[in-house]
Amino acid sequence: MTTTAAPTTRRLNTAKAMAEAIAQEMRANPEVFYLGEDVGPYGGIFGSTTGLFEEFGPSRIIDTPISETAFIGLGIGAAVEGMRPIVELMFADFMGVCLDQIYNHMAKIHFESGGNVTVPMVLTTAVGGGYSDGCQHSQTLWGTFAHLPGMKVVVPSNPADAKGLMTSAIRDDAPVVYMFHKGVMGLPWMAKNRRSIDVVPEGEHVVPIGKAAVAREGGDVTVVTLSLSVHHTLDVAEQLEGEGVSVEVIDLRSLVPLDRETVLASVAKTGRLVVVDEDYHSFGLSGEILASVVEADPGLLRAAPRRVTTPDAPIPYAHGLEQAVLPLHDRITAAIREVLA
Amino acid sequence: MTTTVTPPQDHDTSSGVRLDLYRTMVLVRTYEMAILREYHADKGPGFDIGKGLVPGEMHLSAGQEPVAAGVCAHLTEDDAVTATHRPHHFAIAHGIDLEAMTAEIFGRETGLGRGRGGHMHLFDPKTHFSCSGIIAEGYPPALGQAFAFSRRGTDRIAVAVTGEGAANQGAFHESLNLAALWHLPVVFVVEDNQWGISVPRSASTAVPSNADRAAAYGIPGVRVEDNDVDAVFEAAGELVARARRGEGPSLLEVSTLRLLGHFEGDAQGYRTDLDEVNEHDPIPRYEARLREAGLLDDALRDEVAREAEERVEAAIAFAKDSPLPDPAEATRYVFPEEGSR
Repeated sequence: MTTTAAPTTRRLNTAKAMAEAIAQEMRANPEVFYLGEDVGPYGGIFGSTTGLFEEFGPSRIIDTPISETAFIGLGIGAAVEGMRPIVELMFADFMGVCLDQIYNHMAKIHFESGGNVTVPMVLTTAVGGGYSDGCQHSQTLWGTFAHLPGMKVVVPSNPADAKGLMTSAIRDDAPVVYMFHKGVMGLPWMAKNRRSIDVVPEGEHVVPIGKAAVAREGGDVTVVTLSLSVHHTLDVAEQLEGEGVSVEVIDLRSLVPLDRETVLASVAKTGRLVVVDEDYHSFGLSGEILASVVEADPGLLRAAPRRVTTPDAPIPYAHGLEQAVLPLHDRITAAIREVLA
Repeated sequence: MTTTVTPPQDHDTSSGVRLDLYRTMVLVRTYEMAILREYHADKGPGFDIGKGLVPGEMHLSAGQEPVAAGVCAHLTEDDAVTATHRPHHFAIAHGIDLEAMTAEIFGRETGLGRGRGGHMHLFDPKTHFSCSGIIAEGYPPALGQAFAFSRRGTDRIAVAVTGEGAANQGAFHESLNLAALWHLPVVFVVEDNQWGISVPRSASTAVPSNADRAAAYGIPGVRVEDNDVDAVFEAAGELVARARRGEGPSLLEVSTLRLLGHFEGDAQGYRTDLDEVNEHDPIPRYEARLREAGLLDDALRDEVAREAEERVEAAIAFAKDSPLPDPAEATRYVFPEEGSR
């Protein structure tokens, strides 16, 4: 991480930190613009463009019709011509109505052209459940995007990373999918984790894509996780510390590229692994992390690893049902105890 | 608002333009017949689609030359063209590098996409040409190219091509709507060759003319009957000029002809028009008209044919002499890398 700004104690929520990065890049580069549904005067349904319309106006913060195929494709064409669009897909759940533009066009044009055409575009999208929005608006589909080659996939967990990763995403010549969990945005109308409002460097702040963070150091067990689950895991780690259990928490920060080295180094130290992933259980990130460790060296693990994920079922609506399937504190705690037993 | 152009018998298009249209059509046809020859040369015994110097699916545009010639005559290489899975006529008419395109079709390192794309995925940043193997999905990126052109204050335009079957897809309608809403400089072209693979137009839509569909978006729609290159040239000229003047998008449908199968190897058992289709070949018909008009004689005809053949055979020789890509580099160009552009 590089920070050129003076030390600061200024605190922002994640949504404002993300918007601050966009504003700074838009001031520096007239080719950057943002478009999507309700991103203008509304400021983005999850606050992703808070205050941007007021500064940059309707020619650069552009409300679109509800036509994801058309406006994501528009972003692709503009990127091909050298602009740097940021395009918002309101919910990752909606990817089905526009997936062809994403994985057959945005993600493949650079490859198909043998490197002769680049698509420097950011696709932002909200993920995650926890507020009874039902099974078509609560999914955490980062594994799907990460599975399809040609797009980087970044997932910030805190305000400073949200700013630094957005800066990197806008500057990257590859298409970057920037997935923000509704629960990390620090929105006033949603239950907030205390870490969703935190110190954010002023001025230029860059977090390189592809480098995981050690969110908390520990020696007994490694928990590999990302996004909102980082908050839950840190809560659990603090609680277990009182029992004399030392939990190391790895915040992946990006799925593509995936920083396997940091994961392996941590598991080599602790010998125990838990993966916490709000995406569905099977065929996804959690299995990928386990496979990466076992492929590298099965001898690293002193106990069978555990996964805390959303089971392979649609996300239920009723509060109690939803809380039961999400990877929350009790299940994380139980998994850590199991690998330590 | 919809206009149907039934070609008059005497055209006021200048003789120089008409000969240029003829040359373009002959070059395209000569090229595709050479590809046809190379494609089938080593597919046997029997027919194995993956065998030979030109492997994979091959969709040829023989019969549809008037559409590409008539439209592209109004474009410069600064204008964008997004074509379909049947792209060669538009690629050639738009002035793509014939050698690099051929090398791509032959899967060579010197190809437009260094052998990563193939004949359905041709990308040429120099002429802003691209195509897509997914029907209708080439329309949305054209919006973005047009957006970038107008944002930069140029009079450059984008031409987006589909077949009549693709006009029933969502991407088609979203793109028309958004282009109309934002007055984007796009000319949408529909090639009505009557066949969506094996399904006749009558079985795919109740709308007699896709030009009528333009009315739903408040933009001009023009249908050119009879695959007439002079009429295409005249109609496209008005629509291109309109887009260049900043007056927004339009839709041009051309009634054209697929002389060959959907792809090479297609037995065409479904076709009801095969007995007569060759009588409607647009190139001999245009030759006859040019002769009547005193613009073409045997000597000029032979000269045009010879020029085309020399260019085409040189391109094929270039492709055959070019190196194959190194299999060790099969996963290169997923993401931009140093020196890849």
